[in-house]
Amino acid sequence: MSAALLEATGLSLRYGPVAALDDVALSIWPGEVVAIVGESGSGKTTLLRVLSGLLRPDAGEVLYRDPAGAAHAVQAMPEAAMRRLHRTDWGFVHQNPRDGLRLGVSAGGNIGERLMATGARHYGAIRAEAVEWLQRVEIDPARIDGLPRTFSGGMQQRLQIARTLVTHPRLVFMDEPTGGLDVSVQARLLDLIRALVADLGLAVLLVTHDIAAARLLAHRMLVMRQGRVVEEGLTDRVLDDPQHEYTQLLVASVLAA
Amino acid sequence: MTAPIRSAQGGAPAGVEHRNRGPAGQISGYNVGYLDENTKRMIRRALLKAVAIPGHQVPFGSREMPLPYGWGTGGIQVTAAVIGPGDTLKVIDQGADDTTNAVSIRRFFAKVAGVATTERTAAASIIQTRHRIPETPLREGQVLVYQVPMPEPLFRLEPRVAETKRMHALADYSLMHVKLYEDIARHGHIATSYNYPVMVGGRYLMSPSPIPSFDNPKMHRMPALQLFGAGREKRIYAVPPYTDVRSLDFEDHPFEPIRADAACALCGSRESYLDEVVTDDAGGRMFVCSDTDYCTTRQAGREAAE
Amino acid sequence: MNWALRTEGLGKGFTLHLQGGTHIPVLRGVELEVRPGECVALAGASGAGKSTLMRCLYGNYGAGEGRILLRHRHAVVDLAAADARLVREVRRDTLGYVSQFLRVIPRVPTLDIVAEPLAARGLPQEPARARAAALLARLNLPARLHGLPPATFSGGEQQRVNLARGFAPHYPVLLLDEPTASLDAGNRAVVIGLIEEAKRSGAAIIGIFHDTEVRDQVADRLFEVTPMQAAA
Repeated sequence: MSAALLEATGLSLRYGPVAALDDVALSIWPGEVVAIVGESGSGKTTLLRVLSGLLRPDAGEVLYRDPAGAAHAVQAMPEAAMRRLHRTDWGFVHQNPRDGLRLGVSAGGNIGERLMATGARHYGAIRAEAVEWLQRVEIDPARIDGLPRTFSGGMQQRLQIARTLVTHPRLVFMDEPTGGLDVSVQARLLDLIRALVADLGLAVLLVTHDIAAARLLAHRMLVMRQGRVVEEGLTDRVLDDPQHEYTQLLVASVLAA
Repeated sequence: MTAPIRSAQGGAPAGVEHRNRGPAGQISGYNVGYLDENTKRMIRRALLKAVAIPGHQVPFGSREMPLPYGWGTGGIQVTAAVIGPGDTLKVIDQGADDTTNAVSIRRFFAKVAGVATTERTAAASIIQTRHRIPETPLREGQVLVYQVPMPEPLFRLEPRVAETKRMHALADYSLMHVKLYEDIARHGHIATSYNYPVMVGGRYLMSPSPIPSFDNPKMHRMPALQLFGAGREKRIYAVPPYTDVRSLDFEDHPFEPIRADAACALCGSRESYLDEVVTDDAGGRMFVCSDTDYCTTRQAGREAAE
Repeated sequence: MNWALRTEGLGKGFTLHLQGGTHIPVLRGVELEVRPGECVALAGASGAGKSTLMRCLYGNYGAGEGRILLRHRHAVVDLAAADARLVREVRRDTLGYVSQFLRVIPRVPTLDIVAEPLAARGLPQEPARARAAALLARLNLPARLHGLPPATFSGGEQQRVNLARGFAPHYPVLLLDEPTASLDAGNRAVVIGLIEEAKRSGAAIIGIFHDTEVRDQVADRLFEVTPMQAAA
């Protein structure tokens, strides 16, 4: 009935002598949350950037399937099509909200940008949608004309999520979305992401080093080390019955903490 | 194609600068139109490309001109590249023919190109303008040359030049709409009253130069050729005759040209764009047409009718 | 072949890489068959591997060897060889699991935790919540608690939330790990009633019951899990 939204095979990328990606394969299906975990430098952010077309691999292919079912090679996509994809069917949530928000533009304008980029030209409708999304991400709609730089870190991150999800993408890339936030703020954000993902039936590719976050959000998990996927499978199986030495170390370190 | 440099006439002693007037009222010692022929050819090539891609900014090798940046170095080079002996030139600054800048540029071309000049819109074949479009509708065969301080409409929104070029290449102009959205959110309406961004031919976002938004509708499907020159920024762009020029807006906040709600104190016009003139220290003010030719023509017509 | 779940030569061991690669065998050659409407209680000494077997059956532990066959959507699926997406699908439609402890999701109200597996199957929100509320009420969890996240609930209350979540979707195969461990007599009786109803409607149930009174009431037979020696 359905097919994979994104399918990558044989991805390799070297930075000089360092293999950032070494023959990585991955696929993600509609409605699926897949976490990529591993320590810093394991290649998980590089993988996310390659999959989302922001970085070109030395070898391998990433296939994206559009809503009509046609497959496109991401690395061969013209830049205009890539941009359109990134603000319609895809979304990218950056670790640092400053990378994903326009800090000099009001919250409403930030949310409205993707709508306007896809042709919305009714101010009232754009604003109504912005209000609705502020509520969904638990920001007081009275702040709609406030500038993001007056928001707390957690609010900025929630605003970035609203700005990304407003066009109802089918696939969202998230790079450490809770990194750099207080623990209590993290919990709220994780729960918000979990609820939105379930409500909207989003597919999410989540890069994180936070095992607890991965357990809460992800259906499936890939464990990366030195550019290779050393283990993958159901989240609870990978975490409760880890097979690879590195995964066991990773899980043991978390539980001990 | 090099035009002969007209030699000095008359009895100027040797060694004296050739600043005497030539036979057509032109001074000697300069090429026609001040610029050398190679420069004109380079500018004309840029103009041709600009006309071929309406609204697209074409880089050109802007020359040092005998006036400072910001005084119309771009417009003057464009005019110099297109002007010929048969042309009649009109120059306006904020609509007025009699300001220092307009008078200087007009006299400059009278001297270096030997062309006839006029203050009447209808009589001009080339009109160089700073910040206005004449009230009298332009017709086919006329050329309107705009002086442009900043050709990039996305300049204040996206500081990276490379990124603005990419946005133009991909026709990715949502950022401009974000700016208009912010205007409405902050002021209740689109607060941009001059240099109001337009879409040209449904493809390129373009700065109309700092003309009042009141003038924007005149650009749409104008029978005259519109050329834009930015000297400091070294860019030329153009709108060919009868090209669609639409001011950006929202469905529920449509573009509205802004005009003072008054009649001209001199000619009584309720249609023209008005300047507010403070007349004394007691708060006295009046509104008069910014287009001096339009206003005097109307005044003359009224006197004749009386 | 009138069974709902069946294992063939199921084996499981753990290799502890962090402890010098020690291998601990836990299960070997498990041959278990459960029919629809039947309740099988796993028996065996503590540490014999009952919980490991349960987790293997749910796919939480990967089977080391052998097959775990399940009837899923009119077809037979080998859970031991299924990929992650198929396991998720089986868990959504066919296979339920009530663990001893509720994995609390922060900030999610009790009612939604119970209704979630129903919603995942496509039941609209209102009927899903109604069924969840009815089940919670039957398990004597007062309505005033339904809107609260269960993080602050007592152990017994959390277990009843867990039970409601496990029983609400009427899975054809249901795994119960100590379902009555922290319940009082009244709620134990409710759980016994739920198990009896599930059996009558054709569910195959596999349980670990330390409470022999409950076990004797619901189990049709015992399945002995025998401990393996580490050296074996």
